[in-house]
Amino acid sequence: MKRLVLLLCLMAAPLWAVQPDEILDDPALEARARDISSGLRCLVCRNESIDDSNAELARDLRLLVRERLVAGDSNEETVDFIVDRYGEYVLLKPGTGGANILLWLAGPLMLGAGLILGGLYLRRRSTTPETDVAQLSEAEEDRLREILKE
Amino acid sequence: MITELGHFALILAFLVACFQATIPLVGAYKRWPGWMAVAEPAATLQLVLTGVAFGALMWAFVTSDFSLRLVVLNSHTAKPMLYKITGVWGNHEGSMLLWVLIVALFGASVAWFGGNLPPSLKARVLSVQAMIGVAFFGFILLTSNPFLRVAVPPFDGNDLNPLLQDPGLAFHPPFLYLGYVGLSMTFSFAVAALIEGRVDAAWGRWVRPYTLAAWVFLTIGIGLGSWWAYYELGWGGFWFWDPVENASFMPWLIAAALLHSAIVVEKRESLKSWTILLAIIAFGFSMVGAFITRSGVLTSVHAFATDPERGVFLLAILAVFMAGALTLFAARANVMQAKGVFSLVSRESMLLLNNILLAVAAFVVFVGTIWPLVAEMAFDRKLSVGEPFFNMAFTPFMVLLGLVLPVGAMMSWKRATLGRVLRQLRGVFALAIAIGALAFAMQTGTSALGPVGLFFAAWLVGGSAVDIWSRTGRGALGARFGRLMRLPRADWGKSVAHAGLGVTMAGIAAMMAWQVEDIRVLKVGEDLEIAGYGLRLDQVERLNGPNYIATKATFTLSENGREIATMYPEKRNYPVAQMPTTEAALNNGFLRDIYVVIGDPQQGGGWAVRSYYKPLANWIWGGSLLMAFGGLLSLTDRRYRVAAGARRAPATGVPAE
Repeated sequence: MKRLVLLLCLMAAPLWAVQPDEILDDPALEARARDISSGLRCLVCRNESIDDSNAELARDLRLLVRERLVAGDSNEETVDFIVDRYGEYVLLKPGTGGANILLWLAGPLMLGAGLILGGLYLRRRSTTPETDVAQLSEAEEDRLREILKE
Repeated sequence: MITELGHFALILAFLVACFQATIPLVGAYKRWPGWMAVAEPAATLQLVLTGVAFGALMWAFVTSDFSLRLVVLNSHTAKPMLYKITGVWGNHEGSMLLWVLIVALFGASVAWFGGNLPPSLKARVLSVQAMIGVAFFGFILLTSNPFLRVAVPPFDGNDLNPLLQDPGLAFHPPFLYLGYVGLSMTFSFAVAALIEGRVDAAWGRWVRPYTLAAWVFLTIGIGLGSWWAYYELGWGGFWFWDPVENASFMPWLIAAALLHSAIVVEKRESLKSWTILLAIIAFGFSMVGAFITRSGVLTSVHAFATDPERGVFLLAILAVFMAGALTLFAARANVMQAKGVFSLVSRESMLLLNNILLAVAAFVVFVGTIWPLVAEMAFDRKLSVGEPFFNMAFTPFMVLLGLVLPVGAMMSWKRATLGRVLRQLRGVFALAIAIGALAFAMQTGTSALGPVGLFFAAWLVGGSAVDIWSRTGRGALGARFGRLMRLPRADWGKSVAHAGLGVTMAGIAAMMAWQVEDIRVLKVGEDLEIAGYGLRLDQVERLNGPNYIATKATFTLSENGREIATMYPEKRNYPVAQMPTTEAALNNGFLRDIYVVIGDPQQGGGWAVRSYYKPLANWIWGGSLLMAFGGLLSLTDRRYRVAAGARRAPATGVPAE
C-alpha cells in the first residue's frame, strides 16, 4: 500500500539516500547542500525530497547541487539553476508568485475570518438573555428529570 | 464453497442495508413503532452477514486459496501466518470489506447499546448509517469485488508487499479505519438530528463517545503508521506530509475539534449548528481520505489500487452524502437555537477558539494537499507542495493552540476570571520558560525549535497537572489526594491527553532540531562516533528468513567506553516480490534513540553505514499513546458507562454557577 513508487525506484537501483561517496569534504558546504536538497523534490519518487530519495535521478540531482556549491554558487543560485531546468515542480516549498499567494494566505485569511465570526457569535451569546428551556413537553420534562437525577 | 458463501453473504448484507436505510426512516416519519423497530435486528443481521463475508475472505487467505484473484495478488504460501491474516486488508478490495464491516459494527453498536435513545432518533440514526453502508457495499460489489475467481489458479501467489509484512503496519489500517468509520457514526447522528429537527444536550452526550472513540482509534492508527515509517523506511523520518498521511490527519484534527465542541453542546447547549457542521465535515474528510488513497488523483507514494473508475464512484458517494447533509443543514439551521449564555471570557469561548484553530489548521492541510491539483487545473502550473510548506503554514496554529490550551482548560464555564487562572498557572509558566532558556543555553546552534518544544512540554504537562490538582478544592493535602483519586475519569482523561500533546510536541521539536546524522563507509572491525556514542561494526553475514534473504550486520554500541548494547540492522531481499527492505536497528532510550542502518557493500571493501542520534524520539509516540489513553479514560467515564442518562458524575470543584 505504502511507498509503492519508492519501491519501484528501489527495484531499479537498490541504492540509498545520500551515499558516503557524495558527501563533500567541507562540512559547511555539505550542510548547505543538505539544506538545499531537503527542499527539492525527487521527480520520479512522488512527494519525497532528493535528500530522502533512493532514486538514481535524486542522486544525480544531489551531485548537481554539490557541484554548483563547489563552483561557488549561493544557495539561491543553486536552486534557481535547478528550477530553470526542471521547472517549479521541483520545489517542495512553492513560491508565493501568482496564484500561489492564495495557497500561502489561505491559513491566515481563514483564521481571520474564523476569529471574526467567532467573535460575533460570542458577542451575541454574551448579550442575549437566557432563553427558556420550556419548549419541552410535560412527558419530556419528566424524562429529563429522570435522566439528570443524581 | 466458502468463498461463494462469503460472496452471497455480502450481497445479502447489501440488501439488508437497503432495507434498513428506508423502512425505519419511513417508520420514524409516520410514527409507526413496528417500522422503526426493524432497524435493530436489521443492523445486527447486517453485521453478521458482513462478518461472514469478511471471515470467508480471511479463510481464503489463511488457506492460500489461489483460485481467488485477490489471494494470488497479495499472498504466498511461505508468508508467515500473521501476515496471511493481515494481508486480508493489505489491499484495496480487502480493506474496503474491512471498512464496511466497521460501518456495520458501529451501526450494530447503536442498536445494542442505544436503549435509551428516543425511538425515532435511533431509527433515523440506524437508517442513515445503513445508507452509508449501501453506498460502500455497492462500491465493493460493482467496482472492487474481493471474491472474484481466476480461471486458471497458479501454484503460488505474488506475495504481499514486503514493507507491509511488519507488525507496525499490520495493525495500522484497522485502527485507522475504526477511526475513519467511527466518524460515520457522528455523521449519522448529525443527519438524524437534522431530520428529527432537534439538537439538545442528550444528543451531545450521545455523539461525544462516538467521536472520542473515533479520535482514539485515529490517534493510535496515525501513531502506528508514523512509528512504522520511523523504523522501517531507513532514515528515521516519521512524517512526510504526504497526501495520504494528510488524508488521515485532517479527520483527526476535525475529530479533535468535534469532541471539544460536543462538550459545549452537552454541557451548555451552545455551538449546536457548528457541532453538527463539524460532524458532517469530519466524515467528509474521512471520505476524502478514501478518495485520495484510492483514486490516484493525487498520486502519492502511499497510494494503492489507483483506478479512475473507483475514483469516480467514490467521488460520487462523497458528493451525494456531503451535498445531501449540507442541504439538510441549511434547511434546518433554524432548529438549532443556542440556549446557554456565556461571557467573552469563559470555557465556552476558549473551546470556540480551540475549534477555530483546529478547523483552520485542518483547512490549511486540506488546501496544501489539493493545491497541486487546483494549480494544474485552474492555472496550468505544475507544482509541488511538500514538507517545507506544511512545516511553515501549519506549525503556527499548533503553537497558538499549545499556548492557550492550559489557560482555556482551567477556565470555568459561563463566566471566568482570566486573572485567577493566570495566577494559578504563573509557576508553571515560569518553569516552562526556564526549561526553554536552559535548553537554549545548552544547545550548540541558535535554532529556537528545540527550546520551544521543551517549553511546550513543560507548559502543557505542568498546566495539566495544575488543572487537575485545582479540581481537588481546598483543605489538607491528604484529603486533596483522596479527592484527586476520586475525580471523574473524564477529568483525568482531559489532563492526560493534554499532557500527551505536550510530550509529542517536545519529541517532534527535539528530533527536528537536535538529530545527529552520520553517513560513512565502515570496514568490519572499524568504529565510528556519534553524539558521544561509539559504534563498532563487528561482522556482516548472510542469512535466510522464511520468505527473504538478509544481510545482517552486528554492531556494538558503547557509551564512554562501556559497551551497552549489540545491534543487528538488516537489509532484506524478498525474492518473490523482488523488493529489498531495510530493517534498521534501534537502541531505544528515554532521552534518545540510536538508529543504525546497514547499506550496500562498497567498492574497495567496507559497507555503507548510516547512523543517527535521535533525541526524544520515543516522546513522539509516547505522547500519542498518552493522548489515546486520555481519550480512553474519558470514554470510560461513569456518565457513559452507566448508560447516558442515569446518574451524572458530580462536577467536583467546578463553580458551574
